[in-house]
Amino acid sequence: MTDRTYMRVRHDMPPGHVRTPAYLRGKIGWVERTLGPFPNPEQLAYRQAGQPLPLMRLRFTMAEVWGDAADIPQDTIDAEIYSHWLEPADAPHAP
Amino acid sequence: MTDMQNTQTGRRWHDMGGDAAGPVPTQQHDFSLWEKRVDALMIIASAHGHFTVDGLRRVLEDMGPDAFETMTYYERWIASVNQNLIEAGVYTTSELAQRMTAVAARGATYGEAASD
Repeated sequence: MTDRTYMRVRHDMPPGHVRTPAYLRGKIGWVERTLGPFPNPEQLAYRQAGQPLPLMRLRFTMAEVWGDAADIPQDTIDAEIYSHWLEPADAPHAP
Repeated sequence: MTDMQNTQTGRRWHDMGGDAAGPVPTQQHDFSLWEKRVDALMIIASAHGHFTVDGLRRVLEDMGPDAFETMTYYERWIASVNQNLIEAGVYTTSELAQRMTAVAARGATYGEAASD
């Protein structure tokens, strides 16, 4: 697919409340759809006003997420990630 | 658990996605009255704008893996609800302490008794 927009989940490991699962950090997926904006839960968790942010539904291949451990590499998983955790990326290499 | 899971720089202990899960219990169980009240208290506190589910989760995570192993689900919830209500200024620890002492003075069977 040439019309896909690929994004990489930032590989940050901060302390405190974040809403981005560690197993997806550093992984590249494509935008399935854009949701929101929703208030940033990482601010709401500390009683701060949540900055409205787009919530991106990304689609990852199992090959991208689990590498050689993937049972069915072409299967996909969707995850909704707040936009401040994402940066533009090139498509990952085919498995 | 690996030693990466409870450090300040690696994956945090509660972030379990991808770990081996073991068998999944499918049996339903009844909730006791106090557990239903904890659930209701969370909904009321959220509806009144005192805190959100994000704050509930934040405190549950900060309670650490020991609490996860030694406390039941709603025991952890009431600890987190309490922490958030104090942070929100709904009551003080002193007010809580005095109320707990007063309730305890009613006796161990309070809740089962029809009226007093």
